[in-house]
Amino acid sequence: MATEILMPALSPTMEEGTLAKWLVKEGDTVSSGDILAEIETDKATMEFEAVDEGTIGKIMVAEGTEGVKVNSPIAVLLEDGESADDVASAAPAQAQEAAPAEAPAAAAPAQVADDTPAPQSNASPDWPEGTEMVQTTVREALRDAMAEEMRRDETVFLMGEEVAEYQGAYKISQGLLDEFGAKRVIDTPITEHGFTGIGVGAAFGGLKPIVEFMTFNFAMQAIDQIINSAAKTLYMSGGQMGAPMVFRGPNGAAARVGAQHSQDYAAWYASIPGLKVVMPYSASDAKGLMKTAIRDPNPVIFLENEILYGKSFDVPKLDDFTVPFGKARIWREGGDVTLVSWGIGMTYAMEAAEKLAEEGIDAEIIDLRTLRPVDYDTVLASVMKTNRCVIVEEGFPVASFSDHMASTIMQRAFDYLDAPVVTCTGKDVPMPYAANLEKLALTSTAEVIEAVKSVTYR
Amino acid sequence: MATRKTAAKAKPNVSKEDLLQYYRDMLLIRRFEEKAGQLYGMGLIGGFCHLYIGQEAVVVGLEAAAKDGDKRITSYRDHGHMLACGMDPKGVMAELTGREGGYSKGKGGSMHMFSKEKDFYGGHGIVAAQVPLGAGLAFADKYKGNDNVTFTYFGDGAANQGQVYETYNMAELWNLPVVFVIENNQYAMGTSTQRSTHSPSYWERGAAYGIKGEEVDGMDVLAVKAAGEKAVAQCRAGKGPYILEVKTYRYRGHSMSDPAKYRTRDEVQKMREERDAIEHVRQMLLTGKHASEDDLKAIDKDIKNIVNESAEFAKESPEPALEELWTDIYADEIPQEAV
Ligand SMILES: Cc1ncc(C[n+]2csc(CCOP(=O)(O)OP(=O)(O)O)c2C)c(N)n1
Ligand SMILES: [Mg+2]
Repeated sequence: MATEILMPALSPTMEEGTLAKWLVKEGDTVSSGDILAEIETDKATMEFEAVDEGTIGKIMVAEGTEGVKVNSPIAVLLEDGESADDVASAAPAQAQEAAPAEAPAAAAPAQVADDTPAPQSNASPDWPEGTEMVQTTVREALRDAMAEEMRRDETVFLMGEEVAEYQGAYKISQGLLDEFGAKRVIDTPITEHGFTGIGVGAAFGGLKPIVEFMTFNFAMQAIDQIINSAAKTLYMSGGQMGAPMVFRGPNGAAARVGAQHSQDYAAWYASIPGLKVVMPYSASDAKGLMKTAIRDPNPVIFLENEILYGKSFDVPKLDDFTVPFGKARIWREGGDVTLVSWGIGMTYAMEAAEKLAEEGIDAEIIDLRTLRPVDYDTVLASVMKTNRCVIVEEGFPVASFSDHMASTIMQRAFDYLDAPVVTCTGKDVPMPYAANLEKLALTSTAEVIEAVKSVTYR
Repeated sequence: MATRKTAAKAKPNVSKEDLLQYYRDMLLIRRFEEKAGQLYGMGLIGGFCHLYIGQEAVVVGLEAAAKDGDKRITSYRDHGHMLACGMDPKGVMAELTGREGGYSKGKGGSMHMFSKEKDFYGGHGIVAAQVPLGAGLAFADKYKGNDNVTFTYFGDGAANQGQVYETYNMAELWNLPVVFVIENNQYAMGTSTQRSTHSPSYWERGAAYGIKGEEVDGMDVLAVKAAGEKAVAQCRAGKGPYILEVKTYRYRGHSMSDPAKYRTRDEVQKMREERDAIEHVRQMLLTGKHASEDDLKAIDKDIKNIVNESAEFAKESPEPALEELWTDIYADEIPQEAV
């Protein structure tokens, strides 16, 4: 049966083109792969090949014609034994129907304040009352969490630079090699891009890797594997496979290590759908959230902090202590202002609140603990009570997580605000080395106090 | 179609049935890709679409060396790999058209498709990202203590990425059961291998890491199969990775919108006429009296039907429901697998 040859789309954006030149004439026989014509697209001049074999029965669009619409017939191809007379009966070419017209975008989850229920904070305790507490450093808490999960699940393993024989560059994996052996505690060469990719592949293959970055600064070399491979595969595979794994290591400024070793990546990772992002402050959260992270079936970015590693906190003595993602912790209740922070930022918030109390300002402190998912409701409920909010983080100010939270508060609690939301962040400069400048580049307790005074008009 | 200048002789050690199977498998890929090109021209497939025409013998030969449980992973030029490992042409074509019936429910597209069931791990749009991922799949198999092998395919262009060599280093260090398959089709988009490296013998680069390898004629399915069997045997025996640099050629442009001005029409025509892998097997079947012209015509017809059905399915399958925008971002259950 004769078929129409249609004007092809030859680029992702082409809607029409110029039929620059015919390379066949009526009566020519063609076979698959022969060039029929040259077509000018919006980008280039392309050769247009035959897909089927047959004889050119009729050329319907003369060469030189501009503005030929994609999918309009340009020639008729005859099969063996047909003559040009059959042209009239040419099948109206396969499938004229173009792709269905673009559907209207699915409605985004409504964020209209009116019909959404009032935000409720979830202040349920993380452990039963009366639980025995043990003073533990963040460092030990992280190690204990990994060890407990490795005992529990044989598919969990740790890989990274110096994690095994050296016992961890920051001694987080101390003792793990002894207990679990070289099969499960694996020293890698210094090759972040490569070993991160291998970790993600191992997760595709059914294991639950913990990939340690000596610091997150070096994870920039591997960020393609983290985002394009780990975070997006579940979606791109229609739910068939993903990367159940943890990327962890110290993040943010340590002390006096300069610009390349002192960046906070929280906002970067928090902007990626498909990742979960955890940034604990206390040892109990480090432990409980790490255990949750290892069990989570998604890629989790676990941002630790070198300065916090040596700090001691009470950790509940429980056989299996976990902390859920997406549940903020209220460290201090207060009615005058809401202080929101996470990770190392909490040290400034806590110190500021103590000093402010001496001046009669009663701050409520919320530790977000996880940035994705994040507990908006606890923040909003608090802001609706205090009507003022200061957000504290060490990262850069532009496109910071504080900005995102401030914008959420503005959209969902605008009528409750008695002052603009103020953010205290790192300065918009690469981290300097000099001690005095470094101090200036970070946020500080004094800045937080000042910000609180500005929003409480004191 | 033009005939080969020299009729190939049937090699020993291949049964008539196998030869016919390779012919079928390669033809399915070619016809499927031609159809995909057509649907692209009709606006039914969007974005980037990279055809595998010309390279069919590579994956068909290697799949002939694989067993159940083996895994495969490749780049965006992935349609052939999916068909060769037994994925349903309908599901593949419907993914190309972005429909609900596609392997990724229309959310992945031509470059990002997966099948857990067939151990096909994508479909990756970032050049060379699949190389460490493939080694990671092999790592998982080694960890679990089975004898599976992962075929990790990448191009001559990808072979210049740093992560390939990071992966070589660890794959040999950890003895991972991975076959690195470099599909050297001589071009990375418009850049020929001569213009991208001083040392275009890619397989030899493994030597720096202690990885053995060899160059293979990628237009000869039996040569590919034989090399694949050797590589796989080494991996299964716990002797670590192996590199196959398979010399091949893509007949079409890099993607559908490539005007291909970086090579001459004659160069392409010469490969097609003198080295075509499908024609090669066809001649073997005919001269070896394994099949008659009529037998082959019947196969052609059969393949055409399969491809047409896949195209019909890909057109009729509805676009994904709008709610799909919000699904599969997070998993809520841990896929449990025994170690
Ligand atoms: C990291 C990265 N850089 C650039 C591109 C754009 N790009 C896509 S394919 C390609 C050429 C790759 O050639 P090759 O590896 O030889 O594979 P082939 O297309 O020949 O199969 C380029 C540059 C990309 N997708 N990813
Ligand atoms: Mg190439």
